[in-house]
Amino acid sequence: MATEFIARGQDLELKGIRKEFPGFVAVDNLNLKIPAGEFFALLGPSGCGKTTTLRMIAGLESPSKGEILLGGKDIAGMKPHERPVNTVFQNYALFPHMSVLENVAFGIRQRKLTDPLSKAEKALAMVELEHLAQRRPQQLSGGQQQRVALARALVNRPSLLLLDEPLGALDLKLRRQMQIELKAIQMEVGLTFLHVTHDQEEAMDMADTVAVMNQGHIEQLGAPEVLYDRPKTAFVAKFLGQSNMFIGKVTETNSETTSIEYKGKKITGLTKRSEKVTGVIAIGVRPEKTYFHETQPIADPGLNILGPGEITDIRFTGVSNQYQIDIPGIGVMTVFAQNVGRSPVVELGAQVYVSWKIEHSFGLSDLPSGVEEDK
Amino acid sequence: MTRFSLGKYLLPTYVFLTFLFLMIPIGYTFVYSFNDSIKSNIIWRGFTLDNWLNVCDQAGVCGAFGNSLLVAITATAVSTVLGTMIAIALVRYRFKFRSATNLLLFLPLATPEVVMGAGLAAQFLDFGWTKGLTTVIIAHVMFTLSFVVVTVKARVATLDPALEEAGRDLYASPIQVFWKITFPLLLPGILSAAMLAFALSFDDFIITQFNSGSVDTFPKFVYTAAARGIPPEANVVGSFVFIVAIAIVIAVQVRSAMKKRKLLSK
Repeated sequence: MATEFIARGQDLELKGIRKEFPGFVAVDNLNLKIPAGEFFALLGPSGCGKTTTLRMIAGLESPSKGEILLGGKDIAGMKPHERPVNTVFQNYALFPHMSVLENVAFGIRQRKLTDPLSKAEKALAMVELEHLAQRRPQQLSGGQQQRVALARALVNRPSLLLLDEPLGALDLKLRRQMQIELKAIQMEVGLTFLHVTHDQEEAMDMADTVAVMNQGHIEQLGAPEVLYDRPKTAFVAKFLGQSNMFIGKVTETNSETTSIEYKGKKITGLTKRSEKVTGVIAIGVRPEKTYFHETQPIADPGLNILGPGEITDIRFTGVSNQYQIDIPGIGVMTVFAQNVGRSPVVELGAQVYVSWKIEHSFGLSDLPSGVEEDK
Repeated sequence: MTRFSLGKYLLPTYVFLTFLFLMIPIGYTFVYSFNDSIKSNIIWRGFTLDNWLNVCDQAGVCGAFGNSLLVAITATAVSTVLGTMIAIALVRYRFKFRSATNLLLFLPLATPEVVMGAGLAAQFLDFGWTKGLTTVIIAHVMFTLSFVVVTVKARVATLDPALEEAGRDLYASPIQVFWKITFPLLLPGILSAAMLAFALSFDDFIITQFNSGSVDTFPKFVYTAAARGIPPEANVVGSFVFIVAIAIVIAVQVRSAMKKRKLLSK
């Protein structure tokens, strides 16, 4: 049983993974490659298949089709206890009948490695819980249990560490703190982390690469900044934050810019930031990239200008104000203005114009639902 | 105020009377185990320890007691093992006829013992088996099994499957997961199921009467003896069993109270 495990992380590759449950397909033709040592996040709403994917990698579910390659070796047929993969479970799943130390030592004992207790103590020291080694898990707080679960998995130095919504049960403040710790530990140990979450902030904050999952497939994969700045589908645009969307027929397109007509107004984006340049397309912009003006801005081919419209709602969120601006014939737009001391002073009911730079537009490959279309 | 004080005394009085009613037969049995009786153990003839010291002198008492112990221990062991396995299967695995199995397991709980005893007796006759200890044990396994399944099932239902998955994830094979995680966590449920099975088997009369032939168990012995006067040695055995049972209950309570205090003090 004493299999030799590599101390460093290994790459994980999923090839054409499909998982059917009676009556529905949870994961469909999933392809994914995670380089060794990377912090990778699978992000998606509940029911998108992200947890099923994680369970297939852990061996707790078997794929209906496809290959799971870890360091180039197909592990799809291996039992969970034969895989050099460890999991931090959603509700920690600490063994209630064992002390914290015995929990952490469990994997080492199973593999019959030497010094299980001193290894467990070291792992507990890494998460700063060595003083609680003799306690029972149920005597610890949620944050402490989470750290024990992490130590119990990390002590085995798996090629791949799976994290199943590990921070979901913690309160906001503790969650932020654990995010920082988790990231620091990952950098320190250099293992490959696969983190499953529905919290987009968490995924963007920690992961090197994020894959957004929806209905069993990956919508888009990339660095968090890229996903946020340049979403390719309406689902990704919506899941990673708010956006203003406009759907219209393409009226002109060249190598530089592409424009649509939306309710008589021209809305322009860069062609290279557009997935589609023919027919009816959707163009969006993030609310923090839009500005409002009390006087009409001077027309500029580098700007999209809409308005005037009335401010119908102002929401103070601390770092920024969120404005709802109802532009007749266009609809309601959202604008975020940073509270840096020089934002225009406006009140409810004020008439304002909205603008944004054309290079901040993004063109989607599909059409969002629930947005009025102009044909 | 009168109404208030009436309520204040009414409930304690009622509780006291209830306990008195429950305890009188037990108290009577215990007290009369010390009776220096001659023929029948109905009239108090003075205190003696002879019944307790020479309990096996009375013909049949100790043999019947031993048979009851043997039957109860064997039946408990078999039905606890089988019942635990059935309970885990019923909670953890989806299979055809699962709900039907669930329902069928409840049937013995609802069936009158006379019917079950007579039915079994007919079966054994059919098979041509001689009635004796073996048939009694088989019968007891049959009727205690449902109780074990129901008790252990409740415990399995509270067991988070993620704990077993965590075990598998941490390099434990399915068998190791069972012994290191599932079994220790189910143990309290399994023990209470075993105690229940033992208690049910030990004092069963009806099913035993139908299926034991000439073998005497303790309840059977007492029943037969009642016709000509129960010997005080029977009181001794009854009191002894009662004391052991109470001692076990107290020990368990004390242990869990100490455990709780230990957890709190940390």
